[in-house]
Amino acid sequence: MEQNKSLVIDNIDIEIPLFLEAVFQKYSYDFRDYSKAHVKRRLLHRMSVGHFTSISQMQEKVLRDKAFFIDLLEDLSINVTEMFRDPDFYKSFRENVVPTLKTYPFIKIWHAGCSTGEEVYSLAILLKEEGLLDRCQVYATDFNRKVLEIAKHGIYKTQELDKFQRNYIKSGGKEKLSDYYTLKYGSIKFDQALSKQVVFADHNLVTDHVFAEVNLILCRNVLIYFNRELQNKVINLFHESLVHSGHLCLGSKESLRFTQHEHSFVDIDSKQKIFKKKIG
Amino acid sequence: MNKALVIGTSFGGLEALKTIIPALPADFKLPILVVLHIGDNNNDSFVQYLNSTSQLCIKEAEEKDEIKKGYVYFAPPNYHMMVENDETISFSADPKVHHSRPSIDVLFESAAWTYKNRLVGVILTGLNQDGAYGLKAIKDYGGTTLVENPENAVASIMPKAALTKCDVDFVLELNEISNKLIELSAQD
Ligand SMILES: C[S@@+](CC[C@H](N)C(=O)[O-])C[C@H]1O[C@@H](n2cnc3c(N)ncnc32)[C@H](O)[C@@H]1O
Repeated sequence: MEQNKSLVIDNIDIEIPLFLEAVFQKYSYDFRDYSKAHVKRRLLHRMSVGHFTSISQMQEKVLRDKAFFIDLLEDLSINVTEMFRDPDFYKSFRENVVPTLKTYPFIKIWHAGCSTGEEVYSLAILLKEEGLLDRCQVYATDFNRKVLEIAKHGIYKTQELDKFQRNYIKSGGKEKLSDYYTLKYGSIKFDQALSKQVVFADHNLVTDHVFAEVNLILCRNVLIYFNRELQNKVINLFHESLVHSGHLCLGSKESLRFTQHEHSFVDIDSKQKIFKKKIG
Repeated sequence: MNKALVIGTSFGGLEALKTIIPALPADFKLPILVVLHIGDNNNDSFVQYLNSTSQLCIKEAEEKDEIKKGYVYFAPPNYHMMVENDETISFSADPKVHHSRPSIDVLFESAAWTYKNRLVGVILTGLNQDGAYGLKAIKDYGGTTLVENPENAVASIMPKAALTKCDVDFVLELNEISNKLIELSAQD
């Protein structure tokens, strides 16, 4: 039995690249340069939930069953997020980025990998409190349409509300979080005035291109899932999309290390991972 | 020959690590990866403390770090830490496992995928069952497994769960562990 297991595992490292190739050929979603350990964990999870005996068997299924592919996309796109995630980041953003934004007549913002939208509403609240929201055009993108739908509606369970509230206060919020949502049937719904300037759109960072020139990009907790080559490619995409002196905000455990553009940005806050594109 | 050492612990873990890590020599041959459950707190102060008392270099792991001997890598709070098959570190913000992120199971299992039978896994004091499944994965790949004796551990749940799930190679008292690790690191 034990021996059997190590056999299956060895095969798995052969089967996974084949599986990802099949998914790419069939559906144009490219996971080939995602972190291998991450992909393996998620696929093993799906294999066990779906009672498959091997990745090859699952490949059969994914090639013929689009609905199954959609489930798989869920598995591979980790949508874990929260309002004012890393409150210290938002605090630093208020102190270090907002003053520059205030000098712009018009501000274009791109949330790349926005998931279910909590990050978008968090920033919108901050911008509103700083009197900037009306001047903003926001693009909020993700490659998972299901989460974009949720983001559009801005309706969330109250389960985590306490945490959201604590985060908001820690982030330097000026009002009460409850000023921005209404409570209904055990859910909260954010004021649609917050998302009036937001366009939610399907965009895949691996396969799609630059779509606008922007002043600010937030891409938090997405790059951790990519290998070095893919990280480099996506940072290039961001560099190309940003105006001179535009800001780039990454997740608290992400960096520009090992990318071509490591030196094309200045650190604004190295701990909170806020960078500014160098001129020229 | 062993290639890496992974350690998992929660409640009481910091004190336990203070016993083990400073007792390892500067030329200890295995890189060490640690998951210590600390909730939302940061690692800064104990990383600093351990550095001041140890001969090894202690750091909070960074994404894509190459795993090298002479180093002890701590998982950052709120991220799972994994080993990639090119012996670098990656993180994920996946849902919690056993109410824990970082989770010991996630580290141990991914380390076993990469290091196979050349991995040593250690479970110390702790208050939940995280790590038991991961230790079993290490054992299944032919790696070496150690558990702190639950009778004398600050919190027995974690080492007990590991012993229940996995046919462990060594059950040791806290103060015996570092010597055993030195022995295991020197084996061909
Ligand atoms: C962990 S969430 C991060 C959400 C939010 N930015 C935060 O930090 O809380 C990662 C998101 O990235 C998205 N994602 C992953 N790969 C992507 C890709 N290639 N293109 C666009 N979005 C992607 C996932 O669908 C998921 O919603």
